[in-house]
Amino acid sequence: MIAIAPKPGEVDASHGPILYLESVSVSFDGFKALNNLSLYIDEGELRCLIGPNGAGKTTLMDVITGKTKPDTGSVFFGQTIDLLKLDEPAIAKAGIGRKFQKPTVFENLTVFENLELALATDKNVWRTLFAKLSGEQRDSIDKVLMVIGLSDHRHQIAGALSHGQKQWLEIGMLLMQEPKVMLVDEPVAGMTHQEIERTAQLLLSLQGERSVIVVEHDMEFVRSIAKRVTVLHEGSVLTEGTMDEVQNDPRVIQVYLGD
Amino acid sequence: MMLMDWYRNDKAAVWLMAAIVITVTLLPLGNLVFPADSPLRVTAYSISLIGKYLCYALLGLSLDLVWGYCGILALGQSAFFALGGYAMGMYLMRQIGSRGVYGNPELPDFMVFLNWQELPWYWFGFNQFWFALLMIVLVPGLLAFVFGWLAFRSRVTGVYLSIITQALTYALLLAFFRNEMGFGGNNGLTDFKDILGFNVHSDGVRASLLMVTGLILIAAFLASRSVINSKLGRVVTAIRDQEMRVRFIGYRVELFKLWIFVFAAVLAGIAGALYVPQVGIINPSEFSPLNSLEIVIWVAIGGRGTLYGGIIGAILVNYAKTLLTGWLPEIWLFFLGAAFIVVTVFLPDGLIGLLQRLPKRIPIRKVKAGAA
Repeated sequence: MIAIAPKPGEVDASHGPILYLESVSVSFDGFKALNNLSLYIDEGELRCLIGPNGAGKTTLMDVITGKTKPDTGSVFFGQTIDLLKLDEPAIAKAGIGRKFQKPTVFENLTVFENLELALATDKNVWRTLFAKLSGEQRDSIDKVLMVIGLSDHRHQIAGALSHGQKQWLEIGMLLMQEPKVMLVDEPVAGMTHQEIERTAQLLLSLQGERSVIVVEHDMEFVRSIAKRVTVLHEGSVLTEGTMDEVQNDPRVIQVYLGD
Repeated sequence: MMLMDWYRNDKAAVWLMAAIVITVTLLPLGNLVFPADSPLRVTAYSISLIGKYLCYALLGLSLDLVWGYCGILALGQSAFFALGGYAMGMYLMRQIGSRGVYGNPELPDFMVFLNWQELPWYWFGFNQFWFALLMIVLVPGLLAFVFGWLAFRSRVTGVYLSIITQALTYALLLAFFRNEMGFGGNNGLTDFKDILGFNVHSDGVRASLLMVTGLILIAAFLASRSVINSKLGRVVTAIRDQEMRVRFIGYRVELFKLWIFVFAAVLAGIAGALYVPQVGIINPSEFSPLNSLEIVIWVAIGGRGTLYGGIIGAILVNYAKTLLTGWLPEIWLFFLGAAFIVVTVFLPDGLIGLLQRLPKRIPIRKVKAGAA
């Protein structure tokens, strides 16, 4: 077998998983938000994370994106990139994008400008000062506008969008970044049934091309998209499997319904 | 054609620049052409006063970039202003030459008074105008760079950043008060004679300084405007509104903050350098933390995040200050405080925001009248 060595700084997912979290622990003032958690995400996989409030879902995303540094454990992106050595912009540049629980878009900029800022390009200060959009870049913004259904709102100020539209815009910003891994925190909160369906289609269409990790409370939604589900409880992985396996696991039932 | 398009796109910018050009042309004419007893004569005092307002306008503009657009409430902007002023003051001191009270060709008067034997090393080069110009840009820029790099890299934000910027300017105030620093201590630098070989007190030089100040203000306004309209400007606005989000899209937030902070510091330094020859003195009181707070009030009253706001706010507030401190000096600070509160509570977008809301109402009335 001929192994093609990846260039330094490039993601090497040749062994299957693209994201490795091993024995990660985070505590805040003695409270263990993550407790010896291990998790592997495959390249191109769509994974759903569920778990009761306080299970550590958001902290987990914070660790992956560099917002929180764990007390112990290791986090690797592919075989070679140690995420614990990078800060948020470097992790974003390496190819991990994140959508927040509460939709966070730039409310004073237009929809188009929001996507323009997220566009995958050189984000150096001087280059940004003199940046001009190329025809190709315009096309890719137009394409994302189509995908997220905001083509008619391109010049609207993002603050004037509905809650659901803001969620979509934020997903659109993620797409502009062309990440290899997308972390999507509660994408359908506050959406109508139709919007939820379209979001499900969108996320499903991404798998294979990108790895997508979805945190969601809406079980119906999770059922409609998930192949593999990971249940978190008290900062560690309780169980992992298909939606049916997970839902019939007595430990999961106990965690959700209480004793 | 281009001018017409431009006018349609940004009327306010064109009006503002036209107003500045007219001011800096007509006033010096009024001073130079009409005889002293003519009612149309503009006094030399007025020329310097307007020149001073325009320097403050540039200072207000610089704060609007950092505070209005990037959301950094920097309360040390006057430090950069004063440093630029000192750099210009040092050049003007060297221009005095042997015409000082002590007639020493090598040393400024205050150094002779302190029994200093030779010029400190950091005064070398200031007999050259180009060197002074370089320092006017470099010294404030470098201080802002080092300070900003340390503060933004450690992610110092909000009120903590405001406090350390106040501390910065206060520390400089104390340092410049000391005679041993070699900047004239308490009295600062004054008794200037010439600039580029021309008498600073002559009408011609005053008029030229006013014109130069006006032109530089316009240039700075246009430069700031193109920065704000660039992608960098949008990143900076985005940092103000959602700093975390900007990081997660892959921008190094600290470097963008640093860029705009240094740019604004350089503008403030230039404003200070233009201020000193027109006012005739620079002393440590320019570093006073209160001055920096006043700049914030100018920008708030004018309307932050607009670029015009900083300029118009600075001019109006300082005009009011001139009038009020003439009539009733003791109420000035109460007036300023009250104006600040009224603007913050009732006009969060300042006077510019008020003006922007006005024209929208008129067409609505017209439509109603047409329908009826």
